[in-house]
Amino acid sequence: MIEVQNITKHFGAFRALDNVSLQVPKGKLVALLGPSGSGKTTLLRILAGLDAPDHGRVILDGIEATEQKARDRGIGFVFQHYALFRHMTVADNIAFGLTVRKGKDRPPRAEIDRRVAALLDLVQLSGLAGRYPTQLSGGQRQRVALARALAVEPRLLLLDEPFGALDAQVRKELRRWLRRLHDELGLTGVFVTHDQEEALEVADEVVVMNKGRIEQIGTPAEIYDQPATPFVYRFLGNVNSLPCAIHDGRAEIAGLSLAIEAPNSGGEGDGIAFVRPHDVELRPPADGLPRAVVEQLAILGPVVRADLLLPGNISLEVELTREQHTHLSLAKGSSVGLSLRRARVFAGA
Amino acid sequence: MPKNNPAKPWRVIPGFGLTLGLTLGWLSVLVLIPLTSLFVMASGLTLDQWLAIFADSRVQAAFRLSFGGALVAALINAAAGLLVAWVLVRFDFPGRRLIDAMVDLPFALPTAVAGIALAALYAPQGWIGQLIEPLGIKVAFTPLGAIVAMVFVGLPFVVRTVQPVLEDIDSEVEEAAASLGAGRWQTFSRVILPTLAPALLTGFALAFARAVGEYGSVIFIAGNFPGLSEIVPLLIVVRLEQYDYVGATAIAAIMLVASFVLLLAINGLQRWNRDRLSRGAA
Repeated sequence: MIEVQNITKHFGAFRALDNVSLQVPKGKLVALLGPSGSGKTTLLRILAGLDAPDHGRVILDGIEATEQKARDRGIGFVFQHYALFRHMTVADNIAFGLTVRKGKDRPPRAEIDRRVAALLDLVQLSGLAGRYPTQLSGGQRQRVALARALAVEPRLLLLDEPFGALDAQVRKELRRWLRRLHDELGLTGVFVTHDQEEALEVADEVVVMNKGRIEQIGTPAEIYDQPATPFVYRFLGNVNSLPCAIHDGRAEIAGLSLAIEAPNSGGEGDGIAFVRPHDVELRPPADGLPRAVVEQLAILGPVVRADLLLPGNISLEVELTREQHTHLSLAKGSSVGLSLRRARVFAGA
Repeated sequence: MPKNNPAKPWRVIPGFGLTLGLTLGWLSVLVLIPLTSLFVMASGLTLDQWLAIFADSRVQAAFRLSFGGALVAALINAAAGLLVAWVLVRFDFPGRRLIDAMVDLPFALPTAVAGIALAALYAPQGWIGQLIEPLGIKVAFTPLGAIVAMVFVGLPFVVRTVQPVLEDIDSEVEEAAASLGAGRWQTFSRVILPTLAPALLTGFALAFARAVGEYGSVIFIAGNFPGLSEIVPLLIVVRLEQYDYVGATAIAAIMLVASFVLLLAINGLQRWNRDRLSRGAA
């Protein structure tokens, strides 16, 4: 297991990491997700030994490694911009980690060649062994970088925005491929991303970071369905944040009264309610049902997005299926009744 | 002639014929015609006279010092220049800009001034001279002095060619090497040095050429003892002062051919190195 404890790191006056602790279980693929400046890359670099923390400890498989040099850690690192050795062929790049070993640790040439061939096969680049990095596409380069990192059989593979520099189509392919690769090899990995879709699709566990702190750790489903903080709510997916008044365990948003969800909102007074667009149910207007006016309708393939205006000039974004849309016969300016399937209230936010 | 010649690719800025013509004309006036006249003058010599010049031990010694010394100086500059460039690029320290500017001084300083300063420093009573004299090292008025002067004038060439390439090297490449288990020396020798090699070779060639042609600073410090610490350019001047114009031009012609062949060889080495690095790349 890979573990960091109470890591703090400053760059000048800027606090990049603030007392961060994290465990990466063996065989899991963990995503560090957050906006830029949230400290995720710094955490990755500290794990790799490329940066030293001001405080805190790094523990690799039960052994204190805070002071250990990057070259002794046995951790593979894949950079966003590949960082390939441009004067070496693809094969030499991949073999580098093996050929720099000394004495007994260095495998014989034939063994190195065999492993390079196997890795080329694994990253689906057989036949390109003799090429130079400048002759490859971005996606191919990133796969070479991955093969190079895997060649030394690292105990942990770190990927810093591995698909960030690639175009959307290649990115999509590569992340599915990475997930399959992970399942086949069973390696332990941590990757940094600011793309929530990437994190949710590829990772076993997602760590949401903000301003040098961890906001939430959980499976993709937990992170999406039960965000722990307003930040996680806003960062993951589309969400309506509605000002509300909390009173006697109920939150009231512009006449929509909803039962409060316990743990986060013990307070009274002002708060914010988070509602996902697909958690709003629209119905024909009826007595006793809160109403809204349809401001805008957009048909986005399989779903319809409706921008509603609640009393008190509060706008609310709603997603509904094409069938619902037809059934309700919504039109711009028409009145509609609504109820909330699910919402989360944070007091004082 | 058809306006759209398919063999001629269209360019935003045309004028190949004009620019090439100007280039050749300019080079002719500045370089080719003076050099040709050198060969014409030297061609007045008979074969026996040529052989006599080649056999002259004073001429041989001068060539050995000029080319041998320049080679040693260029090698020293390659190492020292790499170090200076490294320090200037990799570290930020008070006075870095000042040192950066100082590197160019050998370009600007009249070489005679440099020669006098070096001679004063390395003379037996000079600041440095009196320190190294007891160790049995004599610099002033020896071939070693010539090499010191050649090192001085050649330094900026290596620094200025290596510096931009070094600045371009992404620190991530070194971090990648470290994460793959490479030690510091392995990272330097297997990742950084090969990347710098073409620039280093260019700097070496420039420093070498500069040292071969250097005159002013060398003659003040080397002592110019015939057959010992006399460089070819000085020998040419000596011949001229003796009104031996043909002898002077002959030595000059030999020097020119030797320099040209050496620079051509270095050029070939650069081309080979470049092709190796970007084989087939667009």
